[in-house]
Amino acid sequence: MSFITYLINGISLGSVYAIIALGYTMVYGIAKMLNFAHGDVIMVGGFVAFTAITTLGISPLLSVLISIVICTALGIAIEKIAYKPLRKATPLAVLITAIGVSYFLQNVALLVFGSDTKLFSSVVNVPDLSLAEGQILITGETIVTILACIVIMIVLSLFIKKTKSGQAMLAVSEDKGAAELMGVNVNKTISLTFAIGSGLAAIAGVLLCSAYPTLNPYTGAMPGIKAFVAAVFGGIGSIPGAFIGGILLGVIENLSKAYISSQLSDAIVFSVLIIVLLVKPTGILGKKISEKV
Amino acid sequence: MKMKKTTKSNLITYGIVIVFYIVMQIMAGTGSLSSLLKGLLVPLCIYSIMAVSLNLTVGILGELSLGHAGFMCVGAFASAFFSMCTKETITNGAIRFVIAILIGALVAAIFGILIGIPVLRLRGDYLAIVTLAFGEIIKNIMNVLYVGVDGSGLHVSIKSASQLQMDETGKLIINGAQGITGTPNNSTFTAGIIILLITLFIILNFVNSRAGRAVMAIRDNRIAAESVGINISAYKLLAFAISASMAGAAGALYAHNLSTLTALPKNFGYNMSIMILVYVVLGGIGNIRGSIIAAMLLTALPELLRSFADYRMLIYSIVLIAVMLFNWSPKARELRDKYSLKN
Repeated sequence: MSFITYLINGISLGSVYAIIALGYTMVYGIAKMLNFAHGDVIMVGGFVAFTAITTLGISPLLSVLISIVICTALGIAIEKIAYKPLRKATPLAVLITAIGVSYFLQNVALLVFGSDTKLFSSVVNVPDLSLAEGQILITGETIVTILACIVIMIVLSLFIKKTKSGQAMLAVSEDKGAAELMGVNVNKTISLTFAIGSGLAAIAGVLLCSAYPTLNPYTGAMPGIKAFVAAVFGGIGSIPGAFIGGILLGVIENLSKAYISSQLSDAIVFSVLIIVLLVKPTGILGKKISEKV
Repeated sequence: MKMKKTTKSNLITYGIVIVFYIVMQIMAGTGSLSSLLKGLLVPLCIYSIMAVSLNLTVGILGELSLGHAGFMCVGAFASAFFSMCTKETITNGAIRFVIAILIGALVAAIFGILIGIPVLRLRGDYLAIVTLAFGEIIKNIMNVLYVGVDGSGLHVSIKSASQLQMDETGKLIINGAQGITGTPNNSTFTAGIIILLITLFIILNFVNSRAGRAVMAIRDNRIAAESVGINISAYKLLAFAISASMAGAAGALYAHNLSTLTALPKNFGYNMSIMILVYVVLGGIGNIRGSIIAAMLLTALPELLRSFADYRMLIYSIVLIAVMLFNWSPKARELRDKYSLKN
């Protein structure tokens, strides 16, 4: 029975990774850049919600909304100030800028909130679920996280399939030049992508801090990297891929923590990534790129 | 006699390092070097070597590696392990240190080949994430590795020190997350500069050799290079292994500069790899001399800004973004063209 508990907790952790990985994968698909600062937007989202709840005494649900709004604005601002001027630069220059933004966010958080770890009180108000005569205990956080991930996936897929902006995003990720010629506003589409990605990061931040109730300026870094791994795992640029990659990663991490070694769990996660990429060099759902001579 | 352009440029690079060494030695001799700067001298050499060697992968080979600190970690642990084992048998510190550095470089090169064979099949961002993954795996394993030596030989465990089951003469060398304690402090500024010069010599000569030109041809156009008969995988692997071995040597220097060696996220994690990458990019990708200058300036800068304590990393991040924007944004380029001294 403990296996099922580990599995469900793994899916819950994986759901958080999936939500973060969605932001990575969408930005990569459209702007062809690795947004290293994405993990730190998660941390900002956590801190905003934390401040709203504890210092300002706002209700948890409203705090989450505030956090989403602020992170969305932050995402758009980062894109406008730091990434937009670099559209024609080499990928490495953009990568270094993203790293700079990541350091910047971490250090601003360090100055504002201090380096001590804050205790984050859960924003989830759902009772724990007990199954099989109490042998399986599923916390409210787990239920909400998994549900949130499913809802986000469905809404995002519908948004991309059914709306004009969603179609524009697809077009830009396919071929930026051709999309521009067909009258798609590329800059606006990229901004929109960053906005959605950062909004999702805020949700992920709040959910992550609710499940693992600690918060410091470096909280976002490791989940950010893991989510990036999840995005690559599923095939970077693919939205269902991010979902599958995230869930798989979370499950593998939790099961190896439980059954093999808690210290080696990161090594196991990364080893699985390497094996997958060696068998399928563009990830599970990645498109094969044919090469033109 | 007219010197070749590359020879002249290489000599300038060596010259910069030697002049830097002499200036620092004179300053140390006259006592005008603060203790803070004195402590920085060996790290300056270490990070310069790291930056130069990573530049071989990123600049010359053209593959983005985010796991360079992993090779440094391997080199550091291998060399420190050797030094600890032979502390009693080889009493001459200098000879032991030289062998330790060679071992560090060799082990890192072996890891470079082992990791390079699968990794170099991948492209671009996939290659980047897999190198990052390898770096993290190395760091992670070092944290759970227990190695001891006793009369009957080596004992290895990844669980705990008590599982090694050594006899009474047994000596625990690598103690899991506590790492290696008591490594002899052989790293001096002079040793660092000598290794830096050797690294430069190897890499600059490699770049100007037949193999180096082949590697650059692969970087510029893989298909064209393949069609003129260049063995892509072999040359890629060669460059990658050389780069890894240099990082291993830097790791050996690092291990012998501290009395306790532990694999922490901040010294061997992906953050360190990224830090080195920042040096390479700011110094100019493919520009070896630039890497040294950037590594030295950027290692010294945050330390010298210590009086600003809380703000120094913030300033550092803003400088990073500003330099990138200044270099690449269309507006800044216009401005530079307008006030350029070149025309």
